[in-house]
Amino acid sequence: MAAITASREEKPEPTKQTPPPAPAVESAPKTITLRISRSNPSENSAAKFDEFQIPVQKWTTVLEAILHVKQNLDHSVAVRYSCRQASCGSCGMKINGRPRLACYTKVSELDSNVITVEPMSNFPIIRDLAVDFKQLFSTHKKMKPFIINEGSEVQPGAKEFIQTPNDLEKFLQFSYCIKCGLCNSACPTMATDKSFIGPQGLAQAYRYTADNRDEGKKGRLKIVDQSHGIWRCHFAGSCSNVCPKGVDPAMAIQLLRGYLLGFRK
Amino acid sequence: MAERVANREGIKGMANPTRYGLERVAYWLQRISGLGLLAYLIGHIYETSTILNGKIAWNNMLSLTETPGGHLVLVLVIGMCVFHTGNGIRLMISEGGKGVGKPGQPEYPYRASSLNSKQRLCIWVSIALAALAMMYGAGVLFGD
Ligand code: HEM
Ligand code: SF4
Ligand code: FES
Repeated sequence: MAAITASREEKPEPTKQTPPPAPAVESAPKTITLRISRSNPSENSAAKFDEFQIPVQKWTTVLEAILHVKQNLDHSVAVRYSCRQASCGSCGMKINGRPRLACYTKVSELDSNVITVEPMSNFPIIRDLAVDFKQLFSTHKKMKPFIINEGSEVQPGAKEFIQTPNDLEKFLQFSYCIKCGLCNSACPTMATDKSFIGPQGLAQAYRYTADNRDEGKKGRLKIVDQSHGIWRCHFAGSCSNVCPKGVDPAMAIQLLRGYLLGFRK
Repeated sequence: MAERVANREGIKGMANPTRYGLERVAYWLQRISGLGLLAYLIGHIYETSTILNGKIAWNNMLSLTETPGGHLVLVLVIGMCVFHTGNGIRLMISEGGKGVGKPGQPEYPYRASSLNSKQRLCIWVSIALAALAMMYGAGVLFGD
């Protein structure tokens, strides 16, 4: 068997001057009070808060704190989550009064020893922290969230669409929407108008309209140009203030209006 | 199917100017000042229409407005007018798609470019102009 000889020059032995490995990050565990809103509309029970004492580290997320309750203290808490990394959009809830993703919010960044979690506003409650997304999803579908282009079918002679980086930048950030609904929950119009399309849907209407492969602009503009549509936005900016993905729905809505008002082509 | 609580924030949530930064405060001020100006317009039409009932009725109405309370209302109207106009011009431009930033690759920590410093400056300038106009108005109305 041939001996494998490694060149010693490539991997020098650590000398005495090599600094010692960094000490492990120290974080004294502390205890916080987690207040969870409990309600079950199917039983017509009034909402109440259950309080739990939870040990947390510097890196503990609000979702982990809630899961600690489920694992150790009260398994009946209803909460929706999946990816735990701000990608699936399942874990939106009101945390200390503001809509946020529970998996993307560290307890330590809230600067409070009392954390209150409630279901997101403007969404029907299923139970406890889990809310119903039916309206958001059906509105999203109504925006025709796909490329409309006769020539997009794969057929003989069809070529790929060439997009420049500039073309891509026009819609890229809006395609990062994870449908978490935080924007709809923060929107002041959504608070009172149950038929409003909402920032999530309007931003998606813009995302496809601004894509130069798409030819569905006319139809989409017609869909948003209705009485509970785009004109109900007053540019309060709260949607963009809470969006965890940098989608900036408020910008998308004003740019979409630009098309309708004839300032953009 | 079980009845589900709609859980909408309602007027209380809509009219809460806290939580979402300066732009939400501006939204609230625009609404309050718009409604305030509308109320003033209606009151003003009623006030000036008393002239149809003759000189005495007109003078009675005038004496009612020339009180410290009446002057305070006018100072507020001046402030509402100036803020509503200044911020209204910002909104008309922005809601046409101008000055709300350019789409691009979002970078952590994802500051929305529609909530940019120019927008904020316009809001602060509208507030400052309203405050200055109120001070000037108060000087004229309450000054000897
Ligand atoms: C130069 C004068 C004015 C300008 C530039 C202006 C501009 C605006 C704009 C752009 C809006 C819409 C804001 C939004 O999208 O939420 C608005 C709303 C409104 N304005 Fe004015 N306005 C002016 C004068 C007035 C006057 C004199 C009155 C009352 C008689 C008035 C009453 C209102 C009301 C009631 C609203 C609705 C508020 C809301 O829905 O939030 N405005 N104004
Ligand atoms: S626009 Fe932002 S806040 Fe709204 S659903 Fe999409 S990711 Fe969530
Ligand atoms: S669990 Fe997927 S976004 Fe939070």
